[in-house]
Amino acid sequence: MTVVLAVVLTVLLSTTALLALARIYRGPSLLDRVIAADLLLAAMLSAVGAEAAVNRHATTLPVLVVLSLLGFVGSVALVRFAAREES
Amino acid sequence: MSVGTVVDWLAAVALVSGALLSLAAGIGVLRFPDVLDRMHAATKPQVLGVLLLLVGLALRLRTAADLGMIMLVGVFQLATAPVAAQMIGRAAYRSGRVDRSLLDVDELAGHQPDPAGPRPQRADSRSGDGGSQAEGGDPRSGDGGQRE
Repeated sequence: MTVVLAVVLTVLLSTTALLALARIYRGPSLLDRVIAADLLLAAMLSAVGAEAAVNRHATTLPVLVVLSLLGFVGSVALVRFAAREES
Repeated sequence: MSVGTVVDWLAAVALVSGALLSLAAGIGVLRFPDVLDRMHAATKPQVLGVLLLLVGLALRLRTAADLGMIMLVGVFQLATAPVAAQMIGRAAYRSGRVDRSLLDVDELAGHQPDPAGPRPQRADSRSGDGGSQAEGGDPRSGDGGQRE
């Protein structure tokens, strides 16, 4: 069961990360890239959490906290920058 | 079948459904046509997916100290995702990157000047202040008819 779970989660989350990367590559404006980068970071957070869940260890839980704050700070900083660029 | 096995199966269901919601968010971000649509797809299903995955993680670990830190991550997600989404939406609206053919109602139409759309009518009586009003929060003196 653990192996099947690991394979399924890996396929789903890496597909999500690839879709977000495609939007970062194609995105017409900086705001689209900010949204896609936020989604990419959320997929990475989900992958770290899924790895901890499958292998049943808690050593990467502080990494989850840091990633969840980093996404917010990065998005807000880039959006402020984008708003200043436009005006 | 012991209790631990049942909880492990519940955790597996939560993990897979969280990853499926993340995949839905990825598909939405790639295929939706507008900044606001993509913001919607990247905010709501993604936060729910991360929360479901954290529930699965908590069901797998089953200790009190880990549960506290997992709840901290969940609270951070719930508190920060709406703020980031609101800032993205505001920046998109103010820079005119909103496709107006996709909107049913534009409730900000008369309240906020946007460079791309048509100028509101009351801007004619205050000529000369140009784009300095775009930041909001300034005292609007002598403009009594604004709320109508």
